[in-house]
Amino acid sequence: MAFTTTARTARRARARSPLGGPVQGWLYAAPTALFVVALFLIPLLLVLQMSGSDWPLLRGNLGWNFPDNYVEAVNHRLFWDSIWFTLKYTVITTVLLVGLGLGLALLVQESTMWKGFLRTSFLIPSALGLASASLLFYVLYSPFAGPFADLMQTWGFTFLGTPEGALWSTVFLIVWRYAGFYMLLMLVGLQGIPEDVFEAARIDGASRWQTFRDITLPLLRPTFALTIVLCVTGSLLAFDQFYILTKGGPDNSTMTIVQLIYNIAFQGQNNLGIAAALSVIVLLALIVINVVQLRAFNRPEEA
Amino acid sequence: MALTDTDTTSTRTIVAPRLKGTPRMSRRATRLVWGIPYGVFTAALAIIFLYPLVWTTVSSFSPQAGSAQTDGWGFGNYVSLANFQAGIWVYLGNSLFVSLVTVALTLVISFLGGYAFARFHFPGKNLLFLLVLAILMVPYATLLIPLYVILNAVGLQNSLLGVALVLTMFQLPFSMFMMRISFESIPRELDEAALVDGCNSFSALWRVLLPAVKPGLITVGLFAFLTAWNDFIAPPILINDTNRMTLPLAVANLRGQVMGVIDYGATEAGVVVLALPCIVLFLVLQRHYVRGFMSGAFKG
Repeated sequence: MAFTTTARTARRARARSPLGGPVQGWLYAAPTALFVVALFLIPLLLVLQMSGSDWPLLRGNLGWNFPDNYVEAVNHRLFWDSIWFTLKYTVITTVLLVGLGLGLALLVQESTMWKGFLRTSFLIPSALGLASASLLFYVLYSPFAGPFADLMQTWGFTFLGTPEGALWSTVFLIVWRYAGFYMLLMLVGLQGIPEDVFEAARIDGASRWQTFRDITLPLLRPTFALTIVLCVTGSLLAFDQFYILTKGGPDNSTMTIVQLIYNIAFQGQNNLGIAAALSVIVLLALIVINVVQLRAFNRPEEA
Repeated sequence: MALTDTDTTSTRTIVAPRLKGTPRMSRRATRLVWGIPYGVFTAALAIIFLYPLVWTTVSSFSPQAGSAQTDGWGFGNYVSLANFQAGIWVYLGNSLFVSLVTVALTLVISFLGGYAFARFHFPGKNLLFLLVLAILMVPYATLLIPLYVILNAVGLQNSLLGVALVLTMFQLPFSMFMMRISFESIPRELDEAALVDGCNSFSALWRVLLPAVKPGLITVGLFAFLTAWNDFIAPPILINDTNRMTLPLAVANLRGQVMGVIDYGATEAGVVVLALPCIVLFLVLQRHYVRGFMSGAFKG
């Protein structure tokens, strides 16, 4: 049934599409396809091959050894620690960013001059690259040069020196850098809710809180889906911020899964095979997580 | 205070009988009461968001612990940044080249691709779009190694053009999504009108649709620039010649080149030089990219 509907829609669209048929479509999509095949699909297949062979950094393929790399990757002493830390970090940043994004959007929703200024202030950190922002906070958190250097020396605390401190300092950087961007996505979502729905609720005498809970939140569902998927995927692959601020330390306490992959590939063992195996595991996990998320969000609304 | 009181009373007599629930003027009173805590709270938030940038900019001009500049305010930190290794002009030039090529390629590919995805039906369309989105799911650092192998195979090893190609590929998910919704938000009647006026699909795209998707293109171009200008993982993996490194890498290398010596002052100067063009572009283009985001309204 679903199939016939799609097929019929497609046929109707094809019949109606005045611009041209599949040949033209492919012509316009050709550059995209070329990039995807040459720079994504082929490298991806190469990662798969690497993950099944002995592949030191400088020499290349020394033969098939599947599944040795996978076994070694899973048995790496930091494997479970890094997964646990990455998941913890992902939950924290997703909850904070989606919540703050919505909060900030509600604070600046109407346009007045002051709210325009606020919107711009919240958005400006998004203009910085993650690496620049991380370098900025690296100096800010420094016990020698930062604005808190004197306080740190008097009270003897550090931002990055303890596991808890390093985690929350990095989370603060990420919230600072991305909250404005998520606010923008939330503003777009809020904009998409028709005004007359609110009007109707007002006439029915709904309180502000009731309107928010029963109208705004449910109608923001597609926006929540987009922001949560973006945030979860981004956080699970977090790298730049930890690479610059903590390098996975102190004592490997902030080792994310991608930082671990990077270390295995380029430091110490220089073993690309194990790094590739770990990447394949992460890729499969992300596909599963995203399918589950999209299923959950696409579930039709129960009446 | 007295003003508020009279306002509320007068409202009650006029409006309250007709509109049960919250009368209009008393809402204004609520706004006045909430106005001050709201102002204080949001001003504090704005300070939190702006403070790191202001502090870094100010202290990049001052002498401080761990910087080469020792006396007075001035450009000392910028001088040590400028003279670091190959010199700032080399790194700036490399960064500009990589960013501009990435922006140009991203614009062309996502403009044509977004058109194809929004307006045409062709076999493999959904699979191709899915593959584009799948780019988001692969750990960046590991895909760079096979990319290095492939660029080597086609003679683009150790080249800035190779870096730009790779950065363009990583930019595709966002830009293709953006261009697809930009095209989809344009009514099809516009295509039909163009065809009636004697356009073919290409001249319709070029003459009629291009102006309509401009906010989307500006958004895509801006984000491609920000990403390419700031990326610091692709260059060290794909390039082994220090004279071809990009600026973010040079700034990141200011720390930890010599054991235990970190030039904090020059790092601040570097962050300012890196951030300045991004912030200027971001502010100048603000109107356009907000429209770009709004145009498709991310309907899901």
